[in-house]
Amino acid sequence: MQVTVKLFATLSQYAKVGPGTPFEMELPEGATVADIVNQLKLPQKEVKVFFVNGRARSSDWPLRSGDEVGIFPLIAGG
Amino acid sequence: MWILRLNMSDRTYRLEEVPAAYKNLGGRGMTSTLIRDEVNPLCHPLGPNNKLVFAPGIVTGTAAPTSARISVGGKSPLTGGIKEANAGSAWPQHLAWMQIKALVVEGQPKEKGKCWMASLKWDAKAGKPKVEFFPADQYKGKDLYEVYPKLFRRFGDKVAIAGCGVAGEYGYANSGIVFNDLAKRPSRYAGRGGLGAVMASKGLKFIVTDGQGAPSVNIVDKALFEQGMKKLAEAMRTHSVTQPKGGLNTYGTAVLINIMNEAGGLPTRNFSSGRFEGAAKIAGEAIFEGNKKRLGKELYNHACSPGCIIQCSNTWYKRDKTEHTSCVEYESDWALGANCGIDRLDDIAEMVRLCNAYGLDTIETGTTLAVAMEAGVIPFGDGKKAIGLIRQMGKGTALGRILGGGTEFTGKAYGLTRIPTVKGQSMPAYEPRAVKGIGITYATTTMGADHTAGYTIGPEILSVGGKVDPLTPEGKAALSRAFQATTAFIDSTGHCLFIAFPILDIPSGFEGMMEECNGVLGTSWKSEDAAKIGAEILKKERAFNEAAGMTKADDRVPEFMRYEPLPPHNQVFDVADSALDSVFGEL
Repeated sequence: MQVTVKLFATLSQYAKVGPGTPFEMELPEGATVADIVNQLKLPQKEVKVFFVNGRARSSDWPLRSGDEVGIFPLIAGG
Repeated sequence: MWILRLNMSDRTYRLEEVPAAYKNLGGRGMTSTLIRDEVNPLCHPLGPNNKLVFAPGIVTGTAAPTSARISVGGKSPLTGGIKEANAGSAWPQHLAWMQIKALVVEGQPKEKGKCWMASLKWDAKAGKPKVEFFPADQYKGKDLYEVYPKLFRRFGDKVAIAGCGVAGEYGYANSGIVFNDLAKRPSRYAGRGGLGAVMASKGLKFIVTDGQGAPSVNIVDKALFEQGMKKLAEAMRTHSVTQPKGGLNTYGTAVLINIMNEAGGLPTRNFSSGRFEGAAKIAGEAIFEGNKKRLGKELYNHACSPGCIIQCSNTWYKRDKTEHTSCVEYESDWALGANCGIDRLDDIAEMVRLCNAYGLDTIETGTTLAVAMEAGVIPFGDGKKAIGLIRQMGKGTALGRILGGGTEFTGKAYGLTRIPTVKGQSMPAYEPRAVKGIGITYATTTMGADHTAGYTIGPEILSVGGKVDPLTPEGKAALSRAFQATTAFIDSTGHCLFIAFPILDIPSGFEGMMEECNGVLGTSWKSEDAAKIGAEILKKERAFNEAAGMTKADDRVPEFMRYEPLPPHNQVFDVADSALDSVFGEL
């Protein structure tokens, strides 16, 4: 199945595109957010917040074809 | 320890010993207590009976990390209630070194149209602070970027300056008080609530502080203070949000644009959507990458005030490598960008620069422009015309004056229903329909819609200080109450509120903050006392607002948020009135 992935802030260096620029990924059926983290070799310590279709989800969230996934490190501001 | 009173009716001053009941107060605790005790809640905010109070925090002026904050309080011309706005600058350190716990500006000159500035220094011979007043008429109507360098030349490099701009002179309810940053820019604002107009109404244009030679802050238990300082600094240096080259230091506060957009909670085009298609173009990452491209090197952020180890203030550069403005904060970037449908950083930077030059609050300015766009005054997304409207505010044209009255005033002038305000103050950069807890804070805080009053975004969006679902109203009244109480305490310590990120995750950091305060004051507060002390401050503020005529009916979000579902989650604000009432009902 295919999902759309966006990496933000310090994580964007792990994609070959700019921060927040969406790119497509091919994943096996039943894959989770954690599989994206592994496949892209994102540093486990840095990945913190996952969004699937605009809702915050945990890393074991099962994905479906066409999902949009945003991955953030720990950030804050105001 | 002193309370310094400037009487602007006759330009005299008086030093008083701090009363025993005020001994342990600082920052917001001091400003709010003084206002409750001394200001008639029914007075006109711009009349002779309002007072403007400046108070450094409990540990401001010491070596405590990230602690150079100043609280400014008064009755707000924007909300009609009590106001505390705070900023980071060297300015409050000078007050603290001179052992001034509060500077109170009172009275009003009889001379129409005249204004003065006050120079505050340490008188070594007399062993106390000394004030001189000078005419400041020559600085009226002037761009603050022109005036601040002149004042530094006149009073010396080591001073710090608080002032108001033309926005204050015109009496705009959207006018802030500006303090210089470390590069002497007029850019650090106690922005919200119209306190610039209160300062100008007193005939006071600038307060120049110079604490050289003063005795500095009295610390009762130095060992305890130093232990606390170390614990807090350690927490700040190890937490990923606040550590060097971490999120804030690299991308600034505008790092939040993308995550709020992803969460569907970035208010767009006057709160009509939670997603902005141009978000990535104006985000903190785009600021970092844009500067890198223009300057040919990576640029990390700087401190707004001495002793800050977070260093989150950015600078935006032009194509020709000269500075455009500092600082493009998340709130300013959102208000003047996404909320106006504007996706060009150069336009946003120009608007921030103009707000700094005129003395305007960037949040209230952006939300006002968006309301004007909705009314059809100019189209959404037109940066050049938006810049033109801010220039009208600076010139004081008839339209400029309507806009200067703020978001609610402008919305009423054009007969709109989508006016995103509470208690007359516009909402900042988080959508209540997509993040319910922050909506509760907006509705119930004594300040009018204000994210800093109880920043539930931490657990609701950022996974800092816990993790909860932003879309559910369940449990959010208690969450907002707890954040509001703890915040009132942190705002009293003199620390920047951003220390909350590390200390809510790292308990030893929280203990460190308490030990610093205990070291300075000789108190024996425990971590759990922070929320109790904060709650007492909130009760004083609430009592002032009630006496000013506010009721539970003022603790509500605007009606459109109850019936207009917000894309992309198509949610309305579904928090029960009883839950809103419980925030203060169960405090």
